[in-house]
Amino acid sequence: MTDYIVEEHMQVEQISVFLENKSGRLSEVTAILAEAEVNIRALALADTSDFGVLRLIVDDTEKARQTLKSNGFTVGKTDVVAVEVTDRPGGLHGILTMLHDAKLNVEYMYAFVRSSGDNAVIIFRIEQEQEAIRLLESKGVNVIDGQRLYSL
Amino acid sequence: MIHDIEYETMPREALEAIQLRRLQTTLAHVYANVPFYRKKFQEVGMVPADISSLADLRRIPFTTKQDLRDNYPFDMFAVPMDNVVRIHVSSGTTGQPTVVGYTARDIGTWSMLMARALAAGGAGRGEIIHNAYGYGLFTGGLGVHYGAERLGASVIPVSGGNTQRQVVIMRDFGPTIMTATPSYALHLAEVAEEMGVSFDSLKFKFGIFGAEPWSEKMRDEIERKLNLTAVDIYGLSEVMGPGVAIECHEAKQGLHVFEDHFIPEIVDPNTLEPLPYGATGELVFTSLTKEAFPVIRYRTRDITSLNPEPCICGRTLVRMNRVTGRSDDMLIIRGVNVFPSQIESVLMETEAVAPHYQLVVDREDNLDVLTVKVEVGEQSFTDEVKGLQDLERRITKHIKELLGVSARVKLVEPKAIERSEGKAVRVVDNRDI
Ligand SMILES: [Zn+2]
Repeated sequence: MTDYIVEEHMQVEQISVFLENKSGRLSEVTAILAEAEVNIRALALADTSDFGVLRLIVDDTEKARQTLKSNGFTVGKTDVVAVEVTDRPGGLHGILTMLHDAKLNVEYMYAFVRSSGDNAVIIFRIEQEQEAIRLLESKGVNVIDGQRLYSL
Repeated sequence: MIHDIEYETMPREALEAIQLRRLQTTLAHVYANVPFYRKKFQEVGMVPADISSLADLRRIPFTTKQDLRDNYPFDMFAVPMDNVVRIHVSSGTTGQPTVVGYTARDIGTWSMLMARALAAGGAGRGEIIHNAYGYGLFTGGLGVHYGAERLGASVIPVSGGNTQRQVVIMRDFGPTIMTATPSYALHLAEVAEEMGVSFDSLKFKFGIFGAEPWSEKMRDEIERKLNLTAVDIYGLSEVMGPGVAIECHEAKQGLHVFEDHFIPEIVDPNTLEPLPYGATGELVFTSLTKEAFPVIRYRTRDITSLNPEPCICGRTLVRMNRVTGRSDDMLIIRGVNVFPSQIESVLMETEAVAPHYQLVVDREDNLDVLTVKVEVGEQSFTDEVKGLQDLERRITKHIKELLGVSARVKLVEPKAIERSEGKAVRVVDNRDI
């Protein structure tokens, strides 16, 4: 039971924003968040020729979400997993192999801007994130919780 | 309940015999008394006596809203003003209004047809009707009112507006039938909720809603929020007013047209060729019993289809399906007629898509290209690009299957679609033909 509660707090909240016109709208998003004094901790844009999906990790998810919504953006919220990856060859590969072997599918991933000590931080979007957290921790991988990540 | 068993359940052959006799009388009447119609007959070299079967009706030219406007205010009247006891005016969203008149007998016919309609929608003697259609130049309020009195029901002429007082009346008088536009019915539900009045505690059993297009989805919402059975009613002042067609509450699948008083036709809005039962096109009406303001092949601009299947309620009258759009908005894409409302239904049926869309037509290399812009709301949004591309593909596929045209679907941000005075601009045609 205690395990479960600990794990509950291990995932990180990410917001995503639908962008139709990528270049202009992207700077609008960052301007709106700056105005609202929301700090962007990580940002990644996935796009097609038509539209883009901006993924953000910020220090105040709810505020960012409300502010963007009131500015007419479509905003979603997803839980992701932040993992410390040792900064040496094969570091990331090891983690991907663990997830793959456990049949946990990685929908997408991107790098966090700041590092944690000497280690890089990678953000993973995995459907069964609780299972993934449990697996990675059991293998000695360092999963970073929201509180720590927002303050890195 | 069927108000007029004899006519509403008449075998088709007998009905058609009556239609032909009445059509011949009506044509002779307009030929003799309305210069506009006489001229139309002369243009095609015909006289009313040439009409010897219902099929001959197809040889007579159409009447349009513009024709009615050109004859503003009284030139389409087929009787002297001495015999006109009522005048109504149809607002129309653009241009000049159209004026319609009724003799005492017309008012009697209309009342009887509205009594039939109300009965089909669940009303009867002993029921209390909360009539929230507007009273005045608009035909809705008075049309229902006279029908309710003819039926012997108790009618509350509450008209539109002053919604809080309406809620108090609903609570204190316990009406069992509501007549209103569907959007006003939902507004009533909201105000009642704000006032702490639950529809579950009210006595409503049936609601008869019309005068504006609405969808099955809206019916579900109304039935749930107002705790009643909702049916659709159709009419337009040029043809008579409400009571031209009514959905029976037993089937709730299409509106029975009172064919002993009106002949409905469906025509291709492009070629104006008559279409068979089941085909979607523009609804055209010919009145069979009106004295003051008969209409011959009047193009309603409403898009629907006719269903001749027998109905569980016992009526033998043909049913028109829910009106899905206006022919004024019709687009022809590579020879296929496309109505914005059809795209809207596809979007509504596609899970999680809000009906905020715009159709853009371009011509590239002499080919029409249809782009459907769809706003991405929170329900349809996913942070995975793959999911959004899937959504685009699903919509494209549904449009192809249902409409037979290939469309490019483009997801856009909310509010990206231009709105003109609050109303979304549904069609942008960039073709320079
Ligand atoms: Zn029926």
